[in-house]
Amino acid sequence: MDLLMESLIAVLILIGAAFTCLGSIGLVRLRDFYERLHTPTKATTLGVGSLLIASAIFFSWTMPGISLHEVLVAVFLFITAPVSAHLMAKAALHLRERGETGLPPETTLQRHDGSGRLSEDKDGNQDGNAADSG
Amino acid sequence: MSDLTETGLILNSALMIGFLLVTAAVLLSLWRLIVGPDKPDRILALDTLYVNTIALLVLLDIKLASSLYFEAALLIALFGFVGTVALAKFLTRGDIIE
Amino acid sequence: MKPLLPHPILSLMLLGLWLLLVNSIAPGQILLGALLAWLIPLYTVRFWTAQVRIRRPLSLLRLAGTVLVDIVVANLAVARLIVGPMARIQPAFIRMPLRLQGNVGVSLLANIVTLTPGTLSASLSPDRSELIIHALQGHDPGAIIADIRTRYEQPLLDALEQR
Repeated sequence: MDLLMESLIAVLILIGAAFTCLGSIGLVRLRDFYERLHTPTKATTLGVGSLLIASAIFFSWTMPGISLHEVLVAVFLFITAPVSAHLMAKAALHLRERGETGLPPETTLQRHDGSGRLSEDKDGNQDGNAADSG
Repeated sequence: MSDLTETGLILNSALMIGFLLVTAAVLLSLWRLIVGPDKPDRILALDTLYVNTIALLVLLDIKLASSLYFEAALLIALFGFVGTVALAKFLTRGDIIE
Repeated sequence: MKPLLPHPILSLMLLGLWLLLVNSIAPGQILLGALLAWLIPLYTVRFWTAQVRIRRPLSLLRLAGTVLVDIVVANLAVARLIVGPMARIQPAFIRMPLRLQGNVGVSLLANIVTLTPGTLSASLSPDRSELIIHALQGHDPGAIIADIRTRYEQPLLDALEQR
């Protein structure tokens, strides 16, 4: 096997598996349901996405012809992941309104009026980005 | 054909580590599925489990150098989504079909 | 009189989907895919109530690029949060007033919000004026809202036209 190609596929597999695993670690470690909802939708999507890219490269390269049907699964996952996350969040919010789940009180609804503040929010936006990446 | 199915050392080690990591992910999701504590948590764990299974099947495909399990992965993606939507809707409305 | 090709974009997507599914670009498969791509929209035209005209395809493409880059950034950020100390996560719900109207625009925005850094669209208010967002680091709701507005909502407003 061509060493470069093999290394590329290997790196993609490692990245994909690592993100898949991280998604599940988040599922176990995070403290409440809404926090847990963040990890599978993000980490797992990218994880499986990069595994599928690895698979597409592998089959296009070892087999005759180009294999792109893995893209189908990836596209499907990217479309459905946010939808199912949204529905689960809605279900959880609904249950909380009915008082059936005991969620920590720290997740309170914050009312924020953002109307007409677009221009002056721009520098605040920059600060927010800096704080997030730091 | 036999030299095509023979994967190199680097790829094989990557696949082994990949299998380990994804299996760990499956176990962690299973733990969340069992522990809960709430119904939405269990649905979320199931949803994650579907995606983990797809990852496992994709790895198996590369390992076996055949796209035998591709359709299975696609079907799990489809039915996993439908199942998650149905369960979430059931929790929200107490009913799946309105 | 029904138009001969009611949804050109849907038809193109169906053809692409078919070719990906059969994993081949043999002439026969292209023909079969084209037939399906023509017939399916023709017979499901009544299901597609909301029609959207894309005003600026380029703007939409640029948005797709931004979102793809942001997804990777989002994953790295969330990965760091997961392995780091839990105290760094200060979750909050944020109500974001929507300027977008229409099914397609709002659902696109909600999906993009879920896929990008630290935010998750949790619910839509019944009158569709507010999107309720859950943020992993919600100490500055104004910044998050402004970020979503400039990066995603504005391009969508520019690109889509509700008919």
